[in-house]
Amino acid sequence: MTYQADEKGYYGEFGGAYIPEMLYPNVEELRQQYIQIMQEESFQKEFKDLLKDYVGRPTPLYFASRLSEKYNTKIYLKREDLCHTGAHKINNTIGQILMAKRLGKNRVIAETGAGQHGVATATVCALMGIECIVYMGEIDIDRQAPNVARMKMLGATVIPAKSGSRTLKDATNEAIRDWINNPVDTHYIIGSVVGPHPYPDMVARFQSVISEEIKSQLLEKEGREAPDYVVACVGGGSNAAGIYYHYLDNPEVGIIAVEAAGKGVLTGESAATSALGKEGIIHGSKTLLMQSPDGQITEPYSISAGLDYPGIGPMHANLFRSGRAEFISITDADAMKAGQELAKLEGIIPAIETSHALAIFEDRKFKKDDIVVLNLSGRGDKDLSTYIEYFNL
Amino acid sequence: MNRIKSKLQESKKLLSIYFTAGYPQIDDTVSIIEDLEKNGVDMIEIGLPFSDPLADGPTIQESSTKALKNGMTTEKLFQQLKDIRKTVKIPLIIMGYFNPMLQYGVEEFCKKCEEIGIDGLIIPDLPVDVYSEKYQAIFEKHKLINVFLITPQTSEERIGFIDSVSNGFIYMVSSASVTGATSGFGTETKDYFKRISKMNLKNPQIVGFGISDKQSFKEATEYSNGAIIGSAYIKHLTKNGVGKNSNFVKTIR
Ligand SMILES: Cc1ncc(COP(=O)(O)O)c(C=O)c1O
Repeated sequence: MTYQADEKGYYGEFGGAYIPEMLYPNVEELRQQYIQIMQEESFQKEFKDLLKDYVGRPTPLYFASRLSEKYNTKIYLKREDLCHTGAHKINNTIGQILMAKRLGKNRVIAETGAGQHGVATATVCALMGIECIVYMGEIDIDRQAPNVARMKMLGATVIPAKSGSRTLKDATNEAIRDWINNPVDTHYIIGSVVGPHPYPDMVARFQSVISEEIKSQLLEKEGREAPDYVVACVGGGSNAAGIYYHYLDNPEVGIIAVEAAGKGVLTGESAATSALGKEGIIHGSKTLLMQSPDGQITEPYSISAGLDYPGIGPMHANLFRSGRAEFISITDADAMKAGQELAKLEGIIPAIETSHALAIFEDRKFKKDDIVVLNLSGRGDKDLSTYIEYFNL
Repeated sequence: MNRIKSKLQESKKLLSIYFTAGYPQIDDTVSIIEDLEKNGVDMIEIGLPFSDPLADGPTIQESSTKALKNGMTTEKLFQQLKDIRKTVKIPLIIMGYFNPMLQYGVEEFCKKCEEIGIDGLIIPDLPVDVYSEKYQAIFEKHKLINVFLITPQTSEERIGFIDSVSNGFIYMVSSASVTGATSGFGTETKDYFKRISKMNLKNPQIVGFGISDKQSFKEATEYSNGAIIGSAYIKHLTKNGVGKNSNFVKTIR
């Protein structure tokens, strides 16, 4: 029994590739080659060197003593916020740009919600001298203005997605349409563990560096490789997949996934997919998604652009369905409070996505000697205007 | 015999029209179908609208959004089509994305189609591999022909596989793109049409995507059995409303 993907990209009953024939040659090319390319020695070396010298890995595993004291347990923060560009997203984009180069692609497209993935993609495209087009929902362009400016400065073209809810879901639709229209020279860098196989597995593998580092860092600090719990927020679920990866099949490690409840799970303004979703197909993957009884995909809501997605990756749908992971949903208000608290207790301003994960300690109690590792997936710079408005700073 | 198959045996180039059910008005479905038949259209694709139509360009996207706003649902469409076989003889195909069918229940959906007299389905995001493994038996039980797409990028080997699983016609996508009317085909596209025609497939081919007028219809059907017009017809509906179909059909042939 494993919680990893099988050969056809299924996690239990979730995953697979439900794609129009127009996408088949691209996705199939990737599927046939991704594992082989990732295992090549030259790929491994280039990937590791860039993670070290360019991204700044390994990121610290920081014991948050004041936070731990407050909640009477041992909390470690995996500092992905210290990655170049400010979030875990770049682990994946470094991997995928190297993949794109080996596949001979000279044009890259991406979707973005919070703009973190867009910035991370624009960054690696600049690094490699590859043309970069980022699709972003019109609403997200407004609420994440600094990241839009960053992408432009890095030389990317930002195209607003004006259909549907004009957020991450629609930006993803537009990116997929672009890929259909440009089937030969373009690689699509998906930003999370979503989309058709092999994307969820490929992105999880690139992000798995997070738990790989935790194993040795925790061994050094605590004399053991495995914590009692790993905690992460889940939009599509890439930072979560990264911190869970090497612990998925170790039943001693509790897995906690934190979703955005928005204004409350039952208010109709929420992005809590595990609570509100049903099995279905979104962006080429069979997974849990928020939808009407008629199968129309629902427009989600969260204060955090990075969690504002009506689905979750198939890995997480399986973790939920099988009971392997505990799912908690956190409202806008509780997330904002937790973000403020981390700033005051530890001197770290987190991304609002991450603030959702931090908010669980208020209600979810741990034993005093439990070791809880939380993925501090990103820093709050991009969210300053939201924090300013919310707290009247 | 299935109406699609007998229609394909007629020795003419088939004109097939796509429209989105529930657009421009929620209750236009039946009158659009009846009027298209009256004006000599050979086959109709009834679009079941979806919130996230990945393979469609702006025209069909917008018509889907409007249709959903108008209140179109799977159940509603089935109700509207309940008595369609009392008046309409030509083949009817439902074209839609897989998620709404999955939520309705694939078996239940197929059963309803059979009761109504739907002849086939086109589901762009249900890949041929998954279909042949999981759903083919259900479709066949309810006498539904499932239609698969090929593109200029589809390998010969895969076209062979699709031909072996198909049992009606193959939907030949004219160029690697989402739906949407363009004008005219280049030599590359014509070479592709020729290449496929030379493969002597078991199933005839009907060309879709990018056909909007007499010229493109003629070019598309030079090496194939017919062509499907979607976005251009939706645009006609947007401009003229229902009931002016004779004008539209005259611009095609
Ligand atoms: C800092 C941060 N954390 C989390 C997420 C959510 O994505 P995922 O669930 O793929 O980690 C985002 C997405 O933009 C983000 O920027």
